[in-house]
Amino acid sequence: MFLAYVPLAMLWGALAAAKGFAPLDALAMSFFVYAGASQFIAVDMWKEPLPILLLILTAFIVNLRHFLMAASISRHITSVPKWMQPLLMYILTDEAWALAERRALSGPLSLGFYLGVAGPLWPIWFLFSALGAVIGQAMGNLAALGDFALAAMFITIIAGFWKGSRTGAVIGVSALVALLARFYVPGRWYILLGGLAGVAIAALLHVEEEVQGPVDTIEAGTP
Amino acid sequence: MSQLFTFHWQWMLAILGMGVATYATRLSGLLLMRGVVVKGRAKAALDALPPSVLMAVITPTILMTGWAETVAGVITAIAAILRLPLLATMVIGMGSLWLLKTFAG
Repeated sequence: MFLAYVPLAMLWGALAAAKGFAPLDALAMSFFVYAGASQFIAVDMWKEPLPILLLILTAFIVNLRHFLMAASISRHITSVPKWMQPLLMYILTDEAWALAERRALSGPLSLGFYLGVAGPLWPIWFLFSALGAVIGQAMGNLAALGDFALAAMFITIIAGFWKGSRTGAVIGVSALVALLARFYVPGRWYILLGGLAGVAIAALLHVEEEVQGPVDTIEAGTP
Repeated sequence: MSQLFTFHWQWMLAILGMGVATYATRLSGLLLMRGVVVKGRAKAALDALPPSVLMAVITPTILMTGWAETVAGVITAIAAILRLPLLATMVIGMGSLWLLKTFAG
């Protein structure tokens, strides 16, 4: 499981290097932000003059899903001292969350188990980001390759979220609005506009289930 | 000589700002939502967030660059739907784009 982070971190570091990131810049972002999808998106948006507010806003929106994951995990870590809980949230990622939730199904979630799965991922992520940037610098301009590499990766992740035709409606509307926004709105707002349009469609199409089964409140599954 | 660190203060500001924004999403889930179960429409909307945002990100690359990118995007999607591993899917996608541009461009 830990190995899955290595190629992703290195790929991200190499793409960041193509945008001018030095190894320590890449390390700093992976250390402080530590959120794969939003880091890939940020590198895609990284162009002088830097749209700082838009970068921050986009990171916030993209990572809003962690709000739900943290809420869900908080039910299982009540035995952990209160002062420690905010620290645990710093290393909460999609993968750590999925593993912790699976564990919580079969028994209480211990501090040791959580630290065992979530702990190593963070240094792996920021150290291999820096290594990827070193390689990216050495290989020269990867930017031409980078755009489609990012697209190919995101297509794979989208497929992992697929839950039937409603997902099709979400990404269809998102693509349409992003396309229009790319034409008519300057800058990189198309990401937020398309993303929020897809979310709005998901909310509109939502139908309350007649019977609420004993299903966990959040399904596993973000890669 | 490649550098180790750029010392752009705007870059650091963006990075720290993104870090605070990301941590805010994780911390608020812990502090505001203790014991609250999110379900129904709000949950459907939040569940749709990742694929929706990712689709918006790739739309210019896939749909507005050229026909080769669009075709390669479809091939990548087929590989992804077949549940091939992430790196295999990326190799197939990027390889098909290279082939399309080299031999059909």
